Amino acid sequence: MSISQAEGADVGGPSLSRAVAEEEIRVAQRRRLLLVAQVAVGVVFLLAWQLAAGPLIDPFFFSSPYEIGAKLVDWIRRGELFDHLFYTMYAMLMGFVIGGLAGFVVGFLFGRYDALATIFDPYITAFYSLPKIALAPLFIMWFGIGIESKIAMAAIIVFFLVFLNTYSGVRDVSAVHLNAARIMGAKEWQLLRIVIAPSAAAWVLAGLKVSIPYALIGAVVGEFMSSNRGIGFKIAQASSTFDTAGAFAGLFVLAIVGILLSAIIKAAERRILRWRS
Amino acid sequence: MSIQVEAVAKRFVRNRREVLAIDNLSLEIESGEFIALVGPSGCGKSTLLNMIAGILDCTAGRIVQDGQEVRGVNTRVGYMTQADSLLPWRSAEANVWLPLEIRHVSRQQRAERTKALLEMVNLSGFGKHFPNELSGGMRKRVALAQVLAYDPGTLLMDEPFGALDAQLKLVMQDELMKLWERTRKTVVFVTHDLAEAITLADRVVVFTGRPGRIKLIEKITLPRPRDVFRVRFQPGFQEVFERLWQALEGEIRKGEAL
Ligand SMILES: Nc1ncnc2c1ncn2[C@@H]1O[C@H](COP(=O)(O)OP(=O)(O)OP(=O)(O)O)[C@@H](O)[C@H]1O
Ligand SMILES: [Mg+2]
Repeated sequence: MSISQAEGADVGGPSLSRAVAEEEIRVAQRRRLLLVAQVAVGVVFLLAWQLAAGPLIDPFFFSSPYEIGAKLVDWIRRGELFDHLFYTMYAMLMGFVIGGLAGFVVGFLFGRYDALATIFDPYITAFYSLPKIALAPLFIMWFGIGIESKIAMAAIIVFFLVFLNTYSGVRDVSAVHLNAARIMGAKEWQLLRIVIAPSAAAWVLAGLKVSIPYALIGAVVGEFMSSNRGIGFKIAQASSTFDTAGAFAGLFVLAIVGILLSAIIKAAERRILRWRS
Repeated sequence: MSIQVEAVAKRFVRNRREVLAIDNLSLEIESGEFIALVGPSGCGKSTLLNMIAGILDCTAGRIVQDGQEVRGVNTRVGYMTQADSLLPWRSAEANVWLPLEIRHVSRQQRAERTKALLEMVNLSGFGKHFPNELSGGMRKRVALAQVLAYDPGTLLMDEPFGALDAQLKLVMQDELMKLWERTRKTVVFVTHDLAEAITLADRVVVFTGRPGRIKLIEKITLPRPRDVFRVRFQPGFQEVFERLWQALEGEIRKGEAL
């Protein structure tokens, strides 16, 4: 008896806390170092750009970090930035939610019901191969030049990415796990929560992560084509007046939005997929 | 909780190849009986358990449990599969209380029962660990605790202690014996270990090589309760072992000749 009891003894107890602390310090140190390197890359790039602007490259076409910063400050001061940003974000997030939900539901159904997937497969493939951007003019015809057409653009792109990932994720659920839960008495509807959703979570989250930039692209392309609001509109307007600083300022804002949203999904991923490693 | 296996056959057809795993197999398992199945690898032992659990259909014949034919997934059994079936995204304790969660048992009761079961399988400190942080033998013990959590009347166990070292195996056999003496569940126990089969079972069934049929059924008359640490030194054990080994050896050698 004593052999095996020793194994279970003092796990997580005080004798181990030192090893845990040391491991945590090591991880934190490494993370700090990498963060410093990350920031350094950005700083070096901006400095090089700033120094090169003028002597080496033409600021008329490439602007400079200083000018871009000044432009952003100017937009903020005039209260425009957040107005446009909010508009773009709203279109993007709505598209993200609508496309994501629809993609999840359809992906789940196709993943669970083989016949459905087989019947629709050629049509889905055909539709998937179309450049979604080419739908923008149609969407503007159908949904008008208001925010609805931008939401539709973002939604259709997100839909496919989330759909395909959810489908693969649901197909990937192990029959051993499903049967084990069934024998334990799980009803079909309980299987979704107990086995299918957690098993497919990694795929679904991956789908959401890659679809963030595409949702942004969808919304911005919509704004390029027809709009008088949004960051996409600002970029288009600036470009058409040779205001390179303005165009870069808009791109910079979009990049920041992308980084923030990805960070949110990554954090969710870390939490939900803790069991991997 | 009696199980009748009536002239059952199982044929797998896949990739334009067919395998007759089990052929015309009949077996009567009494309520409260501890029955052990041994046989050469690939002779259809797991396949038979899968059919009793209702995961696989019988190609011919039928399986009846308590007068009711098994059709579709059988929720009247607890099944410890040969393959790892713990959910990797659930901690050990969350895996153990999964069947209770499915039955809407209150959180507190779940936690209490889980704690007792993890203690029983000597894994007290490991409740919060995820399966991939546990060794193979530890995962098997979590699976054992899980199947015991909801107290099914019949237990199907496919090489449950195969991954354990010799000492821990004895400890687990001891726990299982005590539990069985107390509850008298029907147990269908697949193992490669003849000594284990004799130690635990009321009857040991030796299968032929594929297609699996029954070669020999040996009634084990060693007195109960049995002390798993010492039965092998009791008079009679060796003779039974010899007899079963002879039956089994012939089948294993036949398989190799193929
Ligand atoms: N799902 C399946 N599809 C096709 N063939 C299968 C399937 N499951 C099992 N078989 C075949 O059936 C035969 C019996 O397999 P089974 O797993 O029941 O053997 P076993 O007696 O449990 O062996 P072991 O002792 O090695 O676990 C094998 O030849 C195997 O190849
Ligand atoms: Mg097997």
